[in-house]
Amino acid sequence: MNMKRILALALTGAMTFSLAACGPKEKPDASGSKSPAQSTPAPSGATQIELWTYPVGNWKDQATVNKLTEQFKADTGIDVKVEYLAYGDGDDQVNTAITGKNTPDLILEGPERLVANWGANGYMVDLSDMLDDTDKSEILPSALKACTTEDGKVYEYPLVMTAHCMGINLTAFKEAGADQYLDLENHTWTTENYFKAIEALNAKFGDNITAVYCAGQGGDQGTRALVDNLYGGTFTNENFTEYTWDNEQNVKALEQLKNTKGVNFDASLQGGDEIKNFYQGNLKIANCWNIQQQLNPNGANTGAGKTVTGDEIIPMAFPSEDGTPVLEGGIWGFGIFDNGDPAKIEAAKTFIKYMCDSEHTVDAVKTATFFPARTAAEGTDLTNVWADDAVMQDYQILMPYLGQYFQVAQGWPASRTAWWNALQAIGQGKDVAETLQAGCAEANAAMAK
Amino acid sequence: MKTGVEHKSAYKIISVIILVILAILFLFPLYWIVTGSFKTGADIFATDKIIWFPREWTMNNFDRMLHTRTCPLFQLGPIVGPTAPAAYRWLLNTVFMSVMAMILTCVTASMAGYALAKKRFRGRAFLFGLIVCAMALPKQVVLIPLLKEMSVLNLVDNIWAVIIPTVGWPFGVFLMKQFSESVPSEMLEAARIDGAGELRTFSTVVIPLVKPGIGALAIFTFINSWNDYFMQLVMLSSDANKTISLGIATLMGESSIDMGVLMAGAALAAAPIILVFLIFQKYFTQGITMGAVKG
Amino acid sequence: MAKQQKPTMSRALQRREDISGYAFMLPSLIFFVGFVVVPMIICIIMGFTNANMHGGSMFGEFVGLQNYIDLFHDKKFLDALWNTFIIVIVSVPTVCAFSLWVSSAIYKMNSFSRSFYRIVFYLPVVTGSVAVTAVWKWIYDNYNGILNSVLTGVGVLDKGINWLGDPKYALGCIILILFTTSVGQPIVLYVSALGNVDPTLIEAAEVDGATDLQVFWKVKWPQIMPTTLYILVITTINSFQCFALIKLLTQGGSGTNTVMYYIYETAFKMTMQSGHFGYANAMGVILAIAIGLLSILQFKLAKEK
Repeated sequence: MNMKRILALALTGAMTFSLAACGPKEKPDASGSKSPAQSTPAPSGATQIELWTYPVGNWKDQATVNKLTEQFKADTGIDVKVEYLAYGDGDDQVNTAITGKNTPDLILEGPERLVANWGANGYMVDLSDMLDDTDKSEILPSALKACTTEDGKVYEYPLVMTAHCMGINLTAFKEAGADQYLDLENHTWTTENYFKAIEALNAKFGDNITAVYCAGQGGDQGTRALVDNLYGGTFTNENFTEYTWDNEQNVKALEQLKNTKGVNFDASLQGGDEIKNFYQGNLKIANCWNIQQQLNPNGANTGAGKTVTGDEIIPMAFPSEDGTPVLEGGIWGFGIFDNGDPAKIEAAKTFIKYMCDSEHTVDAVKTATFFPARTAAEGTDLTNVWADDAVMQDYQILMPYLGQYFQVAQGWPASRTAWWNALQAIGQGKDVAETLQAGCAEANAAMAK
Repeated sequence: MKTGVEHKSAYKIISVIILVILAILFLFPLYWIVTGSFKTGADIFATDKIIWFPREWTMNNFDRMLHTRTCPLFQLGPIVGPTAPAAYRWLLNTVFMSVMAMILTCVTASMAGYALAKKRFRGRAFLFGLIVCAMALPKQVVLIPLLKEMSVLNLVDNIWAVIIPTVGWPFGVFLMKQFSESVPSEMLEAARIDGAGELRTFSTVVIPLVKPGIGALAIFTFINSWNDYFMQLVMLSSDANKTISLGIATLMGESSIDMGVLMAGAALAAAPIILVFLIFQKYFTQGITMGAVKG
Repeated sequence: MAKQQKPTMSRALQRREDISGYAFMLPSLIFFVGFVVVPMIICIIMGFTNANMHGGSMFGEFVGLQNYIDLFHDKKFLDALWNTFIIVIVSVPTVCAFSLWVSSAIYKMNSFSRSFYRIVFYLPVVTGSVAVTAVWKWIYDNYNGILNSVLTGVGVLDKGINWLGDPKYALGCIILILFTTSVGQPIVLYVSALGNVDPTLIEAAEVDGATDLQVFWKVKWPQIMPTTLYILVITTINSFQCFALIKLLTQGGSGTNTVMYYIYETAFKMTMQSGHFGYANAMGVILAIAIGLLSILQFKLAKEK
């Protein structure tokens, strides 16, 4: 009879052992910084920190990021383990990690997540002590404002920013004779010309010209900016205290889009899928475009700024009645999750300082393939980072059109969901005004919570 | 009027034709994965006509899939393996996970099944009832509590967080109980009279008799763990700890732009398990059938 | 219950059985209780609370039946419940009927062709849900998918259909994929069950002049009833669990949300209810009850027949 006990014990023992043996392998240094036995050469005390990046330019590319982190390790002795998230389910992963108490030390994304969501819910470390007056004067005011909460806490240290825009297949436009509607010098166009161009393209290429994609929230900045700009509608009020996206200008814009041949309300696409189809030439106008896509070659490697068949792609501002758009911006930077370990927080701050405010900032910015969020970093002038890049120089023309960063409004995640759900409903033939009102009311209810 | 025999043969011919068509339709997705993974971008993106067969074979998709991410091939305590494509690590993780789940399930379930079938301990009926009820429940329902538990055990983002709930799932116990019922009690009695201890009785009398059941259970558990996705999605996050299913799903989220890469990933995920299936095909069918007969 | 044993046992014997029984149960019980029973209990308790991802405590506050009341006023949940129901109602009978037909057609073939068809229909099961989903996503693709190319090519359609983006088709498309990955096991089971039907009974019926159809209903059908029941139950459970397809293809859009996906979305997606664990667990409880009821119903129906 003792045998059974021994067996059971041995089994559980074996299992505990294998758990113990294999457990720590996943996180070699999970508790390293707490144990004094482990001596570390790094002045900050923590030898390893973990960074999760959303696909911000080439911060999604392991080979490129490795160069940065290796240099960082050589300089500071801090090892950075990087995990790469996708926009498709990156949020789920972070939320799962919050639930499972497995959040990384550092994360690279924008204020709508770092400030308005995780920051507001108390998971992030306030970084305001990293900003002295020089920093505050160097960082662009709009970026700093978006990264700061109302009570003055800074949950994101901004690195780069950009204006989101459209991409158009210029070769196709020329073939259809629609290039006459474009102001190629300023990269802007009017609402009237936009619809004329679609008509011309529709006559030449059939029904698939552009898509109001709404399979999810991915790339929704494109659909928002398109609808808001066409007739001068807004998404929130000026203080971001109310969602206003059911205004009549937006109703008019959506009704017109709905009634235009060649515009698909496509509930099987998200932003990324739209880009795929744009690259393949299936769609001639992309709403989910920005400079990063303009600079990086497509999957078939036919060159930057080209479709897979070699058609030329150029960036365009969203069309508006008078041709002066209000563009949505993207601001990306680092935030620190408060995992209760001062040594790791310190190491993470060292990393942020290194990437966002030092002579290495140029590399970090170039890796992101966006514009720097500050004018200078510790004496290095950043205004000319892209001086040698004609495409970036050309794109710079759109930056003055940047509008306010309203993505930090309360209840933002709810509003995004309500938005793409509303677009799906409109695509299915529901009344535009009613659908927008219902969706917007939902978003405002979430804001009030 | 046609005779019955003619009717029969006509029916037979029609049904064979339908079967062949169905077989082609069922094989098509696999065919599409394999050919797609070797197609060039031009063939994949072609919209003017359908490219049924690669016009030009390329390894480019596999190259790109394998080289977007790298991580150490393995890591055992302080020993870190050489840097390799992350997909290889995912395959290794998946093999480790499926094999561990399989072994642990078979060991624990055959013991518990034997006890439930042959031991008259108090609380037996209650336990068995609980097991039957739990079987119908989808695992996913309890994901939040499970994640919390794993967090307390410090097992989040650890392959064991996926293995452990699999082992806990009571189907195996139920199956092994049904198999153990057929072990004649006289044999157990005889062994006991011969002076064999409980453990010896179990290993020399019971195990040989329920071996087919263990085989069926092993196959079930192996395939189910290999192809599970939900538990992995919630429990695992870092590249080094992902499984192949989860890795491919991540690719889907990242590069929906790139069907070729996606198909290469799908091919890599499916090939090993299909190979295992084809080799052990006979045991599969036996296992499934016995599982059902006894279940 | 205790047929082989004496109805009453001596105390010492009972003690011995208890100890040895639980010793053998122990390894399994550690896993079962620890990672199935305990989470289930937590799940049920959480369903009555406002437990939240962002709350400091695990359970939050007790809110009684509030989550359940909210659920039945939540149109999205009701839609998800309805879709789940549709998936089960459509896929269970079709899977059963289809696999029964295929099995009847192949079970008398020579062993080579029999194995061949069994393998073919089982392959999608082995391929794994993620790989299968990846390829179907491409097949259904609105702009570049082979389904539209073929259908427009042969003239069935004038214009491609947006399969996964159109609520008229999306759920059907998902059911079709689920179908291809569900028939493998039933076919294997039916082939073996049909092979085990006593041939003398069939001969006797044929001698009596019964037609094929009569032989099937009168002789074969009753004998394969247990197999049918088993298939019904596993297909039902499988259909309820359909998650990867929804997650990877539509994210619950285009009218394809299911309870399973809604639980995940509520728990971990950034949406209206983001991180409302109490709510998500209440859904889980309802789903579990639904599955339980349906299984019992199936057993009852089968027994009456």
